[in-house]
Amino acid sequence: MKLKKNIATSLEGFIFNPSTGDSFSTNPTGMDILVLLKEEKTHPEIIEAICSKYEIDQILFERDFDDFISQLKDYRILDL
Amino acid sequence: MAVQTNDMTNSAKRKIVVAVTALNAIDSPGPGVAVIRAIRECADFDVRIIGLSYESLEPGIYMHDIVDKTYQIPYPSSGTDSLMGRLLHIHEKEHIDLIIPNFDAELFSFIKLRDKLKKIGIHTFLPDLAQFEARDKIKLSEFGQKHGLLVPADNIILQVKELENAVDELGFPLVIKGKFYDAVVVNTLEQAKKAFYQIQAKWGLPIIVQEFIKGTEINIAILGDGKGNAISIIPMRKLYITDKGKAWAGITIEDNNFIELAQQFITTTKWRGGCELEVMLTADGKSYILEVNPRFPAWIYLSAAAGQNQPATLVKMALGQHIEPFTDYEVGKIFVRYAWDLITDVAEFQKISGTGEL
Repeated sequence: MKLKKNIATSLEGFIFNPSTGDSFSTNPTGMDILVLLKEEKTHPEIIEAICSKYEIDQILFERDFDDFISQLKDYRILDL
Repeated sequence: MAVQTNDMTNSAKRKIVVAVTALNAIDSPGPGVAVIRAIRECADFDVRIIGLSYESLEPGIYMHDIVDKTYQIPYPSSGTDSLMGRLLHIHEKEHIDLIIPNFDAELFSFIKLRDKLKKIGIHTFLPDLAQFEARDKIKLSEFGQKHGLLVPADNIILQVKELENAVDELGFPLVIKGKFYDAVVVNTLEQAKKAFYQIQAKWGLPIIVQEFIKGTEINIAILGDGKGNAISIIPMRKLYITDKGKAWAGITIEDNNFIELAQQFITTTKWRGGCELEVMLTADGKSYILEVNPRFPAWIYLSAAAGQNQPATLVKMALGQHIEPFTDYEVGKIFVRYAWDLITDVAEFQKISGTGEL
């Protein structure tokens, strides 16, 4: 799953969907994930990159990652 | 960007006098002040603005950097002869080039007077009577069917007892609407009856009982050239809505579905002038047209801020310029309305109330 091409993001974690006018904010970890999604990394690659950067348990992170992706889907930010 | 193929003047800015109504910049504002602000921002002409008001406390009357001079005009209920008489008097003094009416309720009169005004040198840029009447709230279903546009199901009723049939047909929730303004969402027959009587008392009959469509509210400001071309289309998502359902903040959005919907509307109706489509976008991606407002919306200054100055473009077209359709606008431009206590003096209030001029 990729981030929709027209989604605008800022380094501060602000996300703007120009198709709907919706805007969101996320924390630095969420922003890291969005950057990786923009780079069209696969989900396993994203999980590995985040776990390695923050030195966190992969099983625990996978659950949070799934929740985060589910939120992005609900907010119509991802190309399904 | 718009391409001007017939320059109004080659050297100095053209001096023009534009008369504008709907100076009621209140909590549920008329579009007049926003229209004037956009026109004044256009560098192509040197404009004198004549405000046309109905009541003495319309804020625009006292905004002297917006309106150069205001004249009161008779209410639409006084008839077109009375209005024409007053406009002739104002025209003798001010030499008006163009009138931009911005109230739904007055448009019928101005459309009827269009030819007479043209004869004395006053331009307008309005839909014709058939276009104006076809998009009337009470004919929305017919309008949708005729032009292949998605609109909510409705019942037009004259008596409260007809509500029961409407409820059977459309189910709850429902929207009870007045023929000019006001809309109330109801969930029970009792609420529906109460809304019926309230709206009847204010706006008369008939009452529109409309299917409630759940979704995201999008408004589209459009300028049509009367030949089937949409010169400008600006879709806006409401970000903050007042208890009267008005946008207090909104943002320009980018969605080709809305552009295509607006183009379809203009192509099929050959609309001349400004208008606004009120659209509800459902979760499954359907765009229902809830209303077609036959004039610029109160948020029209956003069109200028986003790069398509619709009021100034209307002025140019009304004065005979050929304008090519705009193609780009800025997405993500936000307006946030605000309230401001304008201070004036009783002498000014007395002047507009007593003499009908300020």
